[in-house]
Amino acid sequence: MTAVAETTTSRARLSRRLAEELRQWPVTLKTGTGIITAVVLAGIFAPWLTPYDPYYQDLINALQAPGWEHPFGTDMFGRDIFARVLYGIRIDMQIGFFTTYVPMTYGVMLGALAGYYRRWFDAILMRVLDVAVAFPFLVLIIVIIAILGPGVHNIYVAVFLVAWAMYARLARAEMLVERTKDYVLAARVLGFGSGRIVFGHALPNIISSSIVFSMSDFVLNILLVSGLSFLGLGVQPPEPEWGAMIAEGRDFILDAWWICTLPGLMVVLTGTGLSLIGDGLARRLGHSRKSLV
Amino acid sequence: MDNAPVSTPSRPGTTDDILVLRGVTTEFRGRRTRIRANDDISLAIKRGTTLGIVGESGSGKSVLCRSILRLLPPLADVHTTGVVEYEGRDLLMLNEAEMRRLRGTELRMVFQNPMTSLNPVWPIGDQITEGLRVHGGLSNVGAREKAIELLGRVGIPSPERRVDEYPFQWSGGMLQRAVIAMAMAGAPKLLFADEPTTALDVTIQDQILALLLELQERTGMTLVLVSHDLAVVAETCDHIAVMYGGRIVETAPTKAIFDGPRHPYTLGLLRSIPQVSVGAKRLTPIPGQPPDLAQLGPGCPFAPRCAYASPDCTTTPIRLRSATTDHFTACLHPERIVQAAA
Amino acid sequence: MPFLNYIANRLLQMVPVVLGVSLVGFFAIHLVPGDPIQIMMHGRATPETVAAMRVQLGLDRPLIEQYGRFVASALVGDFGQSIIQKQGVGGIVGERVLPTIFLLLYSTVLAILIALPLSLIAARYSDRLIDHTIRIGGMVGFAMPPFWVGLLLMLFFGLTLKWFPVSGLGEGFVDRTRHLFLPSVTIALFLAPILVQSLRAAMLEVMTADYIEVARAKGLTPRRILLKHVLRNALIPVITILAVNIGWLLSGAVVVEYVFSYPGLGSLLVRAVSYRDYPVIQGLSIVFAVLVIAVNLMADLSYILVDRRVLKT
Repeated sequence: MTAVAETTTSRARLSRRLAEELRQWPVTLKTGTGIITAVVLAGIFAPWLTPYDPYYQDLINALQAPGWEHPFGTDMFGRDIFARVLYGIRIDMQIGFFTTYVPMTYGVMLGALAGYYRRWFDAILMRVLDVAVAFPFLVLIIVIIAILGPGVHNIYVAVFLVAWAMYARLARAEMLVERTKDYVLAARVLGFGSGRIVFGHALPNIISSSIVFSMSDFVLNILLVSGLSFLGLGVQPPEPEWGAMIAEGRDFILDAWWICTLPGLMVVLTGTGLSLIGDGLARRLGHSRKSLV
Repeated sequence: MDNAPVSTPSRPGTTDDILVLRGVTTEFRGRRTRIRANDDISLAIKRGTTLGIVGESGSGKSVLCRSILRLLPPLADVHTTGVVEYEGRDLLMLNEAEMRRLRGTELRMVFQNPMTSLNPVWPIGDQITEGLRVHGGLSNVGAREKAIELLGRVGIPSPERRVDEYPFQWSGGMLQRAVIAMAMAGAPKLLFADEPTTALDVTIQDQILALLLELQERTGMTLVLVSHDLAVVAETCDHIAVMYGGRIVETAPTKAIFDGPRHPYTLGLLRSIPQVSVGAKRLTPIPGQPPDLAQLGPGCPFAPRCAYASPDCTTTPIRLRSATTDHFTACLHPERIVQAAA
Repeated sequence: MPFLNYIANRLLQMVPVVLGVSLVGFFAIHLVPGDPIQIMMHGRATPETVAAMRVQLGLDRPLIEQYGRFVASALVGDFGQSIIQKQGVGGIVGERVLPTIFLLLYSTVLAILIALPLSLIAARYSDRLIDHTIRIGGMVGFAMPPFWVGLLLMLFFGLTLKWFPVSGLGEGFVDRTRHLFLPSVTIALFLAPILVQSLRAAMLEVMTADYIEVARAKGLTPRRILLKHVLRNALIPVITILAVNIGWLLSGAVVVEYVFSYPGLGSLLVRAVSYRDYPVIQGLSIVFAVLVIAVNLMADLSYILVDRRVLKT
């Protein structure tokens, strides 16, 4: 009897805590999360939201303006653009997600370790970071793709090779400050191993700025993927990636403006949603808005 | 002579007084709160004297100085009512341009933290004479000369060498001297010093206080010294005004405050000064916490912490009443303290 | 003396970075899968020609020596021959450097012109509605892909309204600025949101500083305080921010140059990549990196003019 009562009350307590937490969320966080949730769900449930196949070419109905039949119109091959945009969510969000969070994990780790241990490891990392940062990000990715060839697979390789640098810098800078704090010194005096101190104690305090930064990085990565696909170096046709769609529509820009414009709006919507989350997270995690981005 | 302003031997607002405050109230209005940082402040300061304003953080003493000089943040929702009479003019009624002119010359202020009081990217000399260059039409060459002279007056060694240096090259004590030099630049008649020594080492504190007194003697200006430290104020001031919860709770000549305080808070402050003597006893702190200025009741703000309070203390509004000719207290029952101290 | 120390220090720090850059640039070609000569000849050469080329290009020598020769030639601007254009890479790249720099300068100026007033307003009215609006607007601007914005601007202002030309460089100064306007605005719109937020933060930090209150207590006019005290101090982080974001400026320039067919380094890169013109790619990547390093160096040097505290270290 008591066991059952306990589980229900603890579940009630959990849901109450969740409700408490959500109430504390700033407007931007709620709005952003709402937008992104809607986008992700739209991507997942795309087959239910549109009857069209994003790859199906219906040449008779090519270059139709937006209307009842085709909410976003059709492109030069008669493909329904709304369907392509929806299915494109899967591509862009997925690539954006992995290109952001995978490098973040090892980037933050490397930076934190370098910032904590200093000496030779730090010195080497700093030099590597200096060189990595000297190249403009897009240029570096393009060069790597030039070597490896275009395609999604190689985008991942290129980004995984390069993107960790930003996180490493951020984590290192934060760790340099953190390691002087009293709780870290106390842990050392208590004889805790360095690994435990870095990962168990210091890192959780550092991670919040990296998480906030990752939201902007997510946006930039979506812009990167769509940019590369626009240039023909990324996702290859006939995949419905937003940037690729914009490139396809370029030649028809005067006659069929919807091919270019609408996928771009999708990018803006998604990017704005992510930035809102980042802004709200920063507030929620207690970052003063005076701190430089 | 109920609510007469302090430090006037005879009547309020004589030409002897350089500054007279009447019912000055400053309110900060937030979205949901109203904070009365200063409530019904009435005060008269005689020309050429030194007034010490004592109180804890949150007592409203810093806000008072800024209310008088109208230096409160321009973007905050602040309302100051009452009369601030300086040399016969109500400062609260002046337009901003007039106020600026006064601030640049006759009414000056020295702030608490010398390390952040100066612009880090300007040479010190330029900052000292900036006011003169803007208001007094001083030339650049003349300004540099003047800066050297002022730095010499506040005791900076080799001022002709140091006048072009930057704040990061100077220590805290020297910077505070530079800030004082900056304040003296316009030959002020009234100088406010808001915790001028709090951020400095104890040995430097003495030097700075001595410097302020020396400058006052030489120029005949009036000095208002704000501090949380009763000991600092006791050394330097002729009169003391004690503030609590946004109000003045007691004012009197310094000696009178120490010989016979007539407010429980003042008594508490005196008792918490460590006595350096043989057989040191335990310090008696004032129990409780400073009040939340957004949640003050109608009565005495000190009542919750007062050992001599009675029920009427929390409901009856307080005013400064005269106990003797120049000793005023806002306590409803000052006789209880006199008994206790006896 | 402290001046020289500082400058020498900065220059010395640059050296390992430039070396690292050159290493990366050198090895980039050697990482290409397959035989470099076959790639260069597009697989159309006989084995004898390939062998002869190998000796001629020195590809049979040890890597260290190859690297040495690479650096030596690079220092005189010789980056080899373009596979496609049968012309020296140095020359091809060289004639495109100025147009890109011109574009970058123009974009930066426009970005500052947009960002400065917005950030001033946001800082002055911080936490009020206008501040939030500017912030949200910045987020939307940040999320707009530069190539998309470029296309739309091109469509609207170039092709429909015909106010500005949509490609090329133009002749003469005034004509150039007309040609450059749309591409520069595109890049500026991408950069501005970042600038606004950073400038706003910098200004807030300065505005709430003690010495600003002291300046008011001196009776200075708000205008003088703003110009001589606030801006001067806020300028320091601004220089940092501009320098740090030069990489993004260049990245944006690559895409925008391509969209507007602007004859700069960016469009050259895109073309070289699609043709696998590795010598050009190699030369370009090094030039880009040098540009970034140079800008950062200039930023470091400009600090001396604005804030003497940097000489302390």
